[in-house]
Amino acid sequence: MSKSIVAGQEAIRIKKPDARVEAAARRRGRQRRERVIKGGLFFAALISVAATVTIIAVLLSESIGFFRTVPLTDFFTDTLWTPLFADPHYGILPLLAGTLVTSGVGLLVAIPLGTVAAIYLSEFSSSRLREVMKPVLELLGAVPTVVYGYFALVVVTPSLQLLWPDLPGFNMLGPGIVIGIMIMPFVISLSEDAMRAVPMVLREGSYAMGATRLQTAWRVVVPAATSGIVAAYVLGISRAVGETMVVAIAAGQNPNLTWNPLEPAATITAYIVQVALGDLPHGSIGYQSIFAAGLVLAVMTFAFNILGHIMRKRFREVY
Amino acid sequence: MSAQSSPHPHASIARRKIAEALFKVLGLCSLAIAVGTLVLLFGALLFEGITRIDWQFLMSYPSRHAAQAGILSAWVGSTLIMLVTAVVGIPLGVAAAIYLEEYARKTWMTELIEVTVTNLAGVPSIIYGLLALGLFVYIMGLGESILVAGLTLALLTLPVVIVTTREAIRAIPVEIREAAYALGATKWQTLTHHVLPYSVAGILTGIILALSRAIGETAPLVTIGALTFIAFLPPAPVTTHPPYLSFDWLLSPFTVMPIQMFGWVSRPGEDFIGNAAAAGVLLVGMTLTMNGVAIYLRYRMRKQVSW
Amino acid sequence: MNQLDSPHPQDWPKSLKAETRALSFSYGSRLALKNLSIPVSEYQITALIGPSGCGKSTFLRCFNRMHDLYDGNRYEGEILLYPDSRNILASEVDPIEVRMRVAMVFQKPNPFPKSIYENVAYGLRVRGTTERQVLDEKVEQALRSAALWDEVKDRLPARATSLSGGQQQRLCIARALATDPEMLLLDEPTSALDPMATASIEELLLDLKSRVTILMVTHNMQQAARVSDWTAFMYLGELVEFGLTKQLFTTPSKKQTEDYITGRFG
Repeated sequence: MSKSIVAGQEAIRIKKPDARVEAAARRRGRQRRERVIKGGLFFAALISVAATVTIIAVLLSESIGFFRTVPLTDFFTDTLWTPLFADPHYGILPLLAGTLVTSGVGLLVAIPLGTVAAIYLSEFSSSRLREVMKPVLELLGAVPTVVYGYFALVVVTPSLQLLWPDLPGFNMLGPGIVIGIMIMPFVISLSEDAMRAVPMVLREGSYAMGATRLQTAWRVVVPAATSGIVAAYVLGISRAVGETMVVAIAAGQNPNLTWNPLEPAATITAYIVQVALGDLPHGSIGYQSIFAAGLVLAVMTFAFNILGHIMRKRFREVY
Repeated sequence: MSAQSSPHPHASIARRKIAEALFKVLGLCSLAIAVGTLVLLFGALLFEGITRIDWQFLMSYPSRHAAQAGILSAWVGSTLIMLVTAVVGIPLGVAAAIYLEEYARKTWMTELIEVTVTNLAGVPSIIYGLLALGLFVYIMGLGESILVAGLTLALLTLPVVIVTTREAIRAIPVEIREAAYALGATKWQTLTHHVLPYSVAGILTGIILALSRAIGETAPLVTIGALTFIAFLPPAPVTTHPPYLSFDWLLSPFTVMPIQMFGWVSRPGEDFIGNAAAAGVLLVGMTLTMNGVAIYLRYRMRKQVSW
Repeated sequence: MNQLDSPHPQDWPKSLKAETRALSFSYGSRLALKNLSIPVSEYQITALIGPSGCGKSTFLRCFNRMHDLYDGNRYEGEILLYPDSRNILASEVDPIEVRMRVAMVFQKPNPFPKSIYENVAYGLRVRGTTERQVLDEKVEQALRSAALWDEVKDRLPARATSLSGGQQQRLCIARALATDPEMLLLDEPTSALDPMATASIEELLLDLKSRVTILMVTHNMQQAARVSDWTAFMYLGELVEFGLTKQLFTTPSKKQTEDYITGRFG
């Protein structure tokens, strides 16, 4: 028996150098393959960085051309935006006002309704209703924006005209309301997440003091989830500001410096669509103007997004 | 002990109960507004559009006459663009998610990638249009083509694919991976033999959601110069003579369903409203179906999870 | 099985604040408490002991209807609250009314993410008290009762979460005391605290019992022996033995109790 073991060891020893070389080669091959795979995956992940950088680069480079012609002071103080007229004016204020008014109306709809609905779903609703409502809200958020535009123009504005007979067919109120309903699912879902993350022991502490559900929700859960809920609002604002098709279809295409939601006015996004639909030569000031307008939009939404994510992150750290 | 600080506990409870009941009504109203909008929206579309949907509508090009117009070039365009988006966007998104979830170490580079993914998810879609207009159309000279539209939508949906794929991968418990490693599997083998197959339903959900978002996108495609009036089809991808495959369609001009709808909605006059509604019915039908499938898949997954 | 062998009259409290009569409780189809009849002696401390999962916390949470917060829970039997002999489990009794009479302190300190002052004032605010003077007075009184006043009087507007664990738990006790409850429930109030903080809470409980009836769950037999007047030993949802703490720990009448308190199981 011992002999056979020795023999076996010898056999292994004889084979060893070869086997070792082979194994090493296999290992090197394996490692090389793993490295190549890792490199490929890394490259895919880098696309997001590249896209962000390219967005900034494209917007900046075309805008620089624009601002060579248009002084920054004109851009921010002129009250007319008529880049395509014989007498061009390049004041962003009318577009900015249109954007802010439509978004503002949207938020006036989405924030109260969304917050109340989120509190209801998180603190009051039966689990069965919640199971049904969450997918329904998801569907509401999935409807293409062009369809919402149709809805604003063909259903909401005519209904509003029953209340205000003088309301023009293009106005900022109708699309603003529709934007509000559009971002409502988003606000609900993010703020409900924030409220559900509040630990149960806090709710129990409140109930044990004889508080009702509403008191617990309002005095304990909502304050504890504040930064998460505000983050939902901020990210909602970012969406409202960037919304395009609803306003392009239903708010009108004329830049109009007004804060009255009953009037028609173009937003930054609607202007970009309007110019893109025409046939502008590459490199012309009109072409560059949509990048300058886009830059303003991007800066606004980047700022809101970053703010929103910082607040969400901070909220997550608390619990 | 001393007397209750509030002298009438029952009155106090009753008052608070009334407030609570009022709030419940308010909450249900908010939810009803959301559901009501969805119903009203679909109802309005059906009411205006259902009679327009027929074979002629599906198989006709746009026309000056509302009754003769159709969405042939639009649905063909949408289909081809979705093909490009899927072929480009899905592998990139899944690969990026695998990298971030399985390979990435905590470095500033990883942090940067994470931040850009979150940021891209919140960038308005029209900004992607400007990116594509500047980069793909002019710098790369690809023109206002199906390829550019597909690439644009692939970028747009990338964050959706990445985020949902990461969630799906993360749900696979670490014990499964350790079991594979313990048997001598490499990282890539562990991924392809175990992690990816087990998370395929979650990844699929993300892909469906991403494509459903892409199919309804209008603004970025308008920005790169899609036309609302296209009275021809792109060259066929299959030919009768060798090599039997042609990629000329990639560089063809295009229109898509949402743009066709937009074109009809923004026409002055009432004539084309019915056409717009009909296109809307098909569009909403498609996106809601896709989302429904995704929701169902997720629901089934949640029920099956056994780890 | 719950017929208590009580040969001596001193084995039963003289003056009751509450008692359970044939109390059973189930989570869905799982019966967690089986036919419990346990008295709670007025102005004394009653401790519930037993191995984890024996149902002692479940039992405690019946006293302020905490189980009503979750679906699928069912009570049977009665919990009578004296002096009015009200069955607090009756369906016509509002759980909120019960919770206004019976306060609770939890296992882990759970101060609200508000100021120290607002934490203590919370119970009064939900009852609709708004006068600043009343609130100030009650808050101070409660913090003094919880032996926390001297430590926090200069920083009442500070966040409650800035306090140490032991202070947070005393704050939770102050919060519970501020509304002058008739009874105080404590669910393993020191299990998340260090020995020093535990000692100060125990001392506090001994102080408080002259003013409020205390029912507490403890994971720690020494603690039960140190602070309680009466002890109930539970096992698998049933009551094994109830009696004066002194007697139960020195001359338990059941073999199971003896095994548990001598550390042979559990």
